Amino acid sequence: MTNKAFFRLNISKGDLILRSLSLFYIGLLIILPIIAISSEAFQGGLDSLWKNITTAQAVYSLKLTFFVAFLMGILNIITGTATAWVLTKYNFPLKNLMNALIDLPFAIPTVVTGIMLVALYGPKSLIGSLLGRHGIEIIYNKPGIVLALLFVSFPFVVRTVQPVLHEMDRDMEEAAKTLGAKPLTIFRRIVLPTLTPAILTGAALSFSRAIGEFGSIAIVSGNIPFKTQVASVYIYGELESYNTQGALGVSVALLFSSFIILILLNRLQVWSCKHETR
Amino acid sequence: MKHDDPFRIARKQSHVGRYVLISGVMGWFVLLILFPVFSIVKEAFSDGFPVFFRTLTESSALKPFGLTLWITVGTIIINTVFGTILAITLVKHEFHGKLFIEGLVDLPFAVSPVVAGFMFIILFGPNGWIGKWFEAEGIKIVYAFPGMLLATLFVTLPFVAREIIPVLKEFGLQQEESAYVLGASKWQTFWKVTLPSVKWGLAYGMTLTIARSIGEFGAVLVVSGSIINKTQTATLLIHQEFTDFNYVGAFSAAIVLAFTSFFILTIMQRVYKRKGES
Repeated sequence: MTNKAFFRLNISKGDLILRSLSLFYIGLLIILPIIAISSEAFQGGLDSLWKNITTAQAVYSLKLTFFVAFLMGILNIITGTATAWVLTKYNFPLKNLMNALIDLPFAIPTVVTGIMLVALYGPKSLIGSLLGRHGIEIIYNKPGIVLALLFVSFPFVVRTVQPVLHEMDRDMEEAAKTLGAKPLTIFRRIVLPTLTPAILTGAALSFSRAIGEFGSIAIVSGNIPFKTQVASVYIYGELESYNTQGALGVSVALLFSSFIILILLNRLQVWSCKHETR
Repeated sequence: MKHDDPFRIARKQSHVGRYVLISGVMGWFVLLILFPVFSIVKEAFSDGFPVFFRTLTESSALKPFGLTLWITVGTIIINTVFGTILAITLVKHEFHGKLFIEGLVDLPFAVSPVVAGFMFIILFGPNGWIGKWFEAEGIKIVYAFPGMLLATLFVTLPFVAREIIPVLKEFGLQQEESAYVLGASKWQTFWKVTLPSVKWGLAYGMTLTIARSIGEFGAVLVVSGSIINKTQTATLLIHQEFTDFNYVGAFSAAIVLAFTSFFILTIMQRVYKRKGES
């Protein structure tokens, strides 16, 4: 208690400067831009905003965005948890190298990710042309988008689950084992409930990344309306053709989902804190 | 009766399961992450090293890398200074709306980069809220360096603050109070007590900021207007070369960025380890 009072008694010039600088920083870079885009979007009234969100092309792009993000989220939950599990519980050759390379997708620019995938699966590549002969198209089609999203969001679930697994008490697992529980039962009844908040946090982070992702998708998808055009690419297209109103509608829809996810993440954090103290 | 020993059976099963899991995870990682990385190396050098080198050293390729460098330098300086100030204010000061501002810090991670760029156009564009005042003075913000810097500042804002806030919270005020009571000035306290305690967290946040600044594409693309030789960064160059079907150029530039990110990643790992130790 005295801690707070200590500084409160001394609201000095220095503290005042610190506070104003912080407010200026957050205000200029976050608060003002959000206010600007929202007021611009609602300027023409709710009806016209709604009309801009519900044009056929905008609706398709939003639906596709959420669909691919959802699919990626499910795959990330499975592969991310498995990766974190293997990296914390087992020893195998090249483990340290793999652990070090997990963060690679965060370091690689998203445009480069897109280019890499085109080099590997594009119509002119070895794999791409082989698959193309069987009528399977990855690049300039939906599988390419999902692949790009999986690449850029790979570390999220792994990196949120790993520390929880690391610190988890092994007592319960071992108790269950001595009582004759099968490994799968142990995992389902004991490990999974402890991991759930972390897994969901990782999934929510990757989901929010996925609905906003632009660079890799812009390269990989070919941006074909009603086929591979996601929301962020749609917004860019509208901006390019000076249709600000169309861009505003979908932007607000994306912003709104970002807010929801942030609130959800906040709840998750509260939940996992409760888990820890129990 | 050895065969009926439940432990033995369980152990055997988990052994098989272990190998399946390890190979599954490694296979997924190699296919999803490593294959694309190798494919781009192969493509960039497909016409031999001289062509690769010549493509890169053309002045049209060098300039964008210079611009990326300047944006990164500006971003790292501003976001480190202001991010630290913001973190200190949020942890050590009590004021109304503090929780709200703390929540806002995470927002840039959830917002699509295209939407981020769009917000800055609305605010700083020639007809924008703030932009029109600068326009009247003949100062260009959007479609010029300042706008690109602002957009990069926005997308990388959380990194430094997010890394220091937990350290400052844990570190508490005890040592600072002691220093203060013992007669150290606030400035001295900051340099000799506060800063050393957050050193590695700060360094980690800074490496993340560098990686993201170099790789940022969507936000910068929207505010840049992509004027060749003027507002083209390295990622924008890659995108343009790619859309112009100049694949060797795109791959060559992409590989330089990929190597840079790889280098940053190794620094990141080192710093992360030190951060964990301290």
